[in-house]
Amino acid sequence: MTTNQRPGAVQIPEPLILQDLTLSLCSSGITKTLFKKFDLEIQPGEITTIMGPSGCGKSSLLSFISGTLAKDFNAVGRVCLGQRDITSSPPEQRHIGMLFQEDLLFPHLSVGENLGFGIPAAVRQKNQRKMLIEEALEEAGLSGYADQDPATLSGGQRARVAVMRTLLSRPSALLLDEPFSKLDSALRERFRTFIFEHARAHNLPTLLVTHDPEDARSAEGLILNMPFK
Amino acid sequence: MAEALRPVVFLLSSRQNMARLSIITDCLSLKYVPAFTLLVFLGPLAAGLIGTILPAFGYFPALGSKDFSLLSWEHLIEHPALPEALYLTLLSGFIATALSLGLAIAFTAAWQGSPSFNRVRKLLAPILAIPHSALAIGFAFLLAPSGWLARLFSPGLTGWDTPPDIAIIHDPFAVSLILGLVIKETPYLLLMIIAASDQGQARQRLVLAQTLGYSPVAAWIKAVLPLIYRQIRLPIYAVLAFSLSVVDVALILGPTTPPTLPVLILRWFNDPDLSYRALASTAAAFQLVIVILSILAWYLLEQLVAQILCGWLSNGQRSFAEQTIRFFSRSFFQLLGSIFCGSLLVIVLWSFTRRWRYPDALPSEWSIQSWHSNLDTLLLSGCTTLITGIISALIAITLSVACLENEKRRGKTAGSGALWLLYLPLMVPQVSFLFGTQVIAIKLGIDGSWLALIWSHLLFVLPYVFLSLADPYRYQDERFVNIAHCLGASPWRAFWKIRLPLLLRPLLFALAIGFAVSVAQYLPTLFAGGGRFMTLTTEAVNLSASGNRRIISVYALLQGLFPLLVFSAAIGFSNFIFRHRRALSQP
Amino acid sequence: MNVIRRKLGFIALAAGLFWGGAISISLAEEPDWQEITAKAEGQTLYWNAWGGSEKINDYIAWVGQQLDQQYSIRLTHVKVTDTADVVSRVLAEKTAGKDQNGSVDLVWINGENFASMKQHHLLFGPFTTSLPNYRYVDTEGKATTTVDFTIPVEGFEAPWGMAKFNFIYDSARISQAPSSLQELSEWSENHPGRFTYPAPPDYLGSTFLKQALIDITSENNALRSPLASQTQFDETTKPLWQFLDQLHPTLWRSGKQFPVSSSAQQQLLDDGEVDIHLSFNPGAASALIESGELPATVRTFTFKDGTIGNTHFVAIPYNSSHREAAMVAANFLMSPEAQARKQDPRYWGDDTVLAIDKLSAEDRSIFEAIELGIATLAPQDLGPTLLEPHPTWMEKIEREWLKRYGQ
Repeated sequence: MTTNQRPGAVQIPEPLILQDLTLSLCSSGITKTLFKKFDLEIQPGEITTIMGPSGCGKSSLLSFISGTLAKDFNAVGRVCLGQRDITSSPPEQRHIGMLFQEDLLFPHLSVGENLGFGIPAAVRQKNQRKMLIEEALEEAGLSGYADQDPATLSGGQRARVAVMRTLLSRPSALLLDEPFSKLDSALRERFRTFIFEHARAHNLPTLLVTHDPEDARSAEGLILNMPFK
Repeated sequence: MAEALRPVVFLLSSRQNMARLSIITDCLSLKYVPAFTLLVFLGPLAAGLIGTILPAFGYFPALGSKDFSLLSWEHLIEHPALPEALYLTLLSGFIATALSLGLAIAFTAAWQGSPSFNRVRKLLAPILAIPHSALAIGFAFLLAPSGWLARLFSPGLTGWDTPPDIAIIHDPFAVSLILGLVIKETPYLLLMIIAASDQGQARQRLVLAQTLGYSPVAAWIKAVLPLIYRQIRLPIYAVLAFSLSVVDVALILGPTTPPTLPVLILRWFNDPDLSYRALASTAAAFQLVIVILSILAWYLLEQLVAQILCGWLSNGQRSFAEQTIRFFSRSFFQLLGSIFCGSLLVIVLWSFTRRWRYPDALPSEWSIQSWHSNLDTLLLSGCTTLITGIISALIAITLSVACLENEKRRGKTAGSGALWLLYLPLMVPQVSFLFGTQVIAIKLGIDGSWLALIWSHLLFVLPYVFLSLADPYRYQDERFVNIAHCLGASPWRAFWKIRLPLLLRPLLFALAIGFAVSVAQYLPTLFAGGGRFMTLTTEAVNLSASGNRRIISVYALLQGLFPLLVFSAAIGFSNFIFRHRRALSQP
Repeated sequence: MNVIRRKLGFIALAAGLFWGGAISISLAEEPDWQEITAKAEGQTLYWNAWGGSEKINDYIAWVGQQLDQQYSIRLTHVKVTDTADVVSRVLAEKTAGKDQNGSVDLVWINGENFASMKQHHLLFGPFTTSLPNYRYVDTEGKATTTVDFTIPVEGFEAPWGMAKFNFIYDSARISQAPSSLQELSEWSENHPGRFTYPAPPDYLGSTFLKQALIDITSENNALRSPLASQTQFDETTKPLWQFLDQLHPTLWRSGKQFPVSSSAQQQLLDDGEVDIHLSFNPGAASALIESGELPATVRTFTFKDGTIGNTHFVAIPYNSSHREAAMVAANFLMSPEAQARKQDPRYWGDDTVLAIDKLSAEDRSIFEAIELGIATLAPQDLGPTLLEPHPTWMEKIEREWLKRYGQ
């Protein structure tokens, strides 16, 4: 608490570390192990890609890291951000941003309110929150869209809002669960660049899950194939 | 001083610890909600049953009887009215249920997917919102020998200068009672069938069967019905139990000499001679046995039909009385629809009537006097209805949401065992436990209080609210809440800001259903209210004996209007809130 | 209003001059009437009275206005659906030891309820003889003002109105109305399905049974005392059941179904399903024409040998919180002013409890000016008043009826 941590200050980037991870699914008494004793370290600004067929546990891995794993999974191992062990922290205290295939913009909130939901409550002043929203919209090329209904936006626009919402929540790491797979190829490439640029600019350790080799290549980082040996 | 404070400071400085602590307390308090709900809900039921069964076996200290005996059972068996009353009860209960089920199935099989089916589907909620008793009153005004129908065609077509001396309403064969029940139960079962076919693979199965060359009716009955029957089984049992135990509709439409068993029981309970209470309790216990046996009989009948139809299902026959079923189901639905509309319309007409003599087709003199002169009582009973309905619906929603949220957080759904428990107050005849409940309320000193009134309504409101909320809640896309967590929202912030607003529509719908159920309660108001509370329904049912059609109509109309207004308000409000949110603007 | 008040002042003055001696005697033992009215001033009076009729509620509201203007008493009409509830409420208060400040100040009562309240000492009194207006009551001509369903009143309830059993018929369908039970059953035989009576325990249905029993049985005296034994009951009522067994097949729905209440039967008459309805109020037919509930062709008939009549009263519970106001109200209800309005079919249409010949010429003229209405019989055509049987008989008859025909 001694550091002068102004609201809105960028946190010191730290690596995302996974240690000794074992994940199994228990349903109706049968336990199926998805992977065992998995280790991984992603440095700030680095994008690691995991590839694999559906049902191999990629998404579950992301859920485990973010702390939103469904109750019928059984997980052992540690998740750390630098020195900080967040394995047993509730999701809202992990500061791990997550993006899905669907944008998952809250349908009952406006575009601006969606972005505002991401800004930490520590940013108290209304003006400041408003400014952050405006800046984010501008960065996404959507200036003046604050009061719009998200349902009226195009797929690409919504995807960019979702990214900005995640970044506004000041994550310490970023998890991408096939965020491009719903976009057509032209849009896909532009959006990929948009996300990767922002992840690097914010110096975030980033983990991408995909089954598209093109995505993996353009991430320009470590590529792992599931199921792990 | 500083030393002493250190643990506290440590605890406070560690935000993570704090958060953990609050999560633990959150989960703990939520954890007890299901148990609490069941207690609130099954406690009075169990206590009520005991309070009814003990006097049935001679234990009735208030009347100076403490020895267990079968004396009142002998009295019951020997009672001259019993055989006929029992016969009428079983007759009306089984026929009404079978007819409603058959109609709902035939109509869905023949017309699902068609524009008219979708129109009917949209009308189901408002139809269900109107209390049984209001409809029954209109039904009687429409079809009685001096009813509107007879007036429209007399004396011109019928030659009846005076109304014919035939018992159409209160007929000794319970035909009008059965019809009155079918009008309300068919839409209910239809709604249940639709809800069941929206889940699971009903749609795929139908398409598959049709691509194999089955005609629509045969495809639905052979491929879809066996799948969804399991899901609508509980609602069917509830309908059967309701038809066997109904009091208000039977009072208005049922046979009178003798009446059906539940009406007879109520008559004995209300007898000024207190010694009749023992007989009433015995009969109430007997009624419970009858309902249990009837459900069992229905179950066996199901098995039998399944056995018989087993071969038929796979005999490869591609069509099945297609035209007949289409024609009859539509005609019958049109008939029911016309009776429904006519019943409502005739209530409206009577409430504004001053003079309307047989055989005039319309009132000869109009007046708002019936409304005007009853304004005080209308306001009073209307307020009681409103307050009880809203509060019990809100409590039911709070409890349901707490239970469902607990399920979500603990990651389990209640099994079918719990579902049975939810239906229990709907299956157990009201007369069988309300008397016992009243005794408990008097013992607790809450007899005739708002607490007792709302609690007793809650017993019937909660199941319906829970059932209507459970599916939307359980099937809500969990990722919205997860992403809120990832964006730094605490469980409660995610709950209030994301989960509930997204569920606004089902929540308001559940509120309207809960309200409608509360408005319709007759016996619970009578028993728990200790006669101190009058609602539009108690007034309407009590007045229905009075024969003053003008005043009955005013009450029946308001009684039907209240739930309808709440339904429209619920729909209107969610439409207004989401008017700029396209993804949520249509249900 | 001023005119009425001045008139009332005159009446009081005249009465005072005339009855001065008598009053001073009674004042020696009773508290001074003036003291009572003085104490009553400013009290709020809770009057539990049946609230099922709009007309009657309006009348009671008028009483409230008068009490406020004349005595500064604020009246609250506690609308009751069944007077038995009031009895159990006072009983509950007594059980709970609430012997003062009870919730009921005045109750509209008669018959069984009076019998049970009197028997359980739940009433204040005797008080009626100390009310100044009681002297106008026709205690000689109207025996039911002192004997309520065979129970002696003994000053525990103040008479308020007369009820007399009669029939309402549609003159458009019946030219010659029956004038005895025998004629009624003959008429029904000739016009099957056009007569019925409400199923007991509806009070008009029960009264029809009592009326029939009194007309048929030769043992009218036995009916005045409590029912002694089952054998007595069987013997006395045997001809009644024979009569009903014969009558029922000629009734509406062949006697297999009965109207659930008297108001249901009124609707049947209006719908033309039956031609005869029962009533306890000689002015009812006119009043129902007036309110549009029955056609203008309905008229009244009664039996020439007489029909059952009774009186309804007001009584004061033993634990009433505003006893003085209750007494003032009871007194006002017996005043010529209130009684005349009560007899007027525009306001209620009940026969008065007062003896017209005891009134001053001016008061008499108010009564004489009342238009009884086209369907109301003149007092002299109402026939003799027969007394109600003892309540124990009624209970048993109702049960027996239900056993034989009700199920």
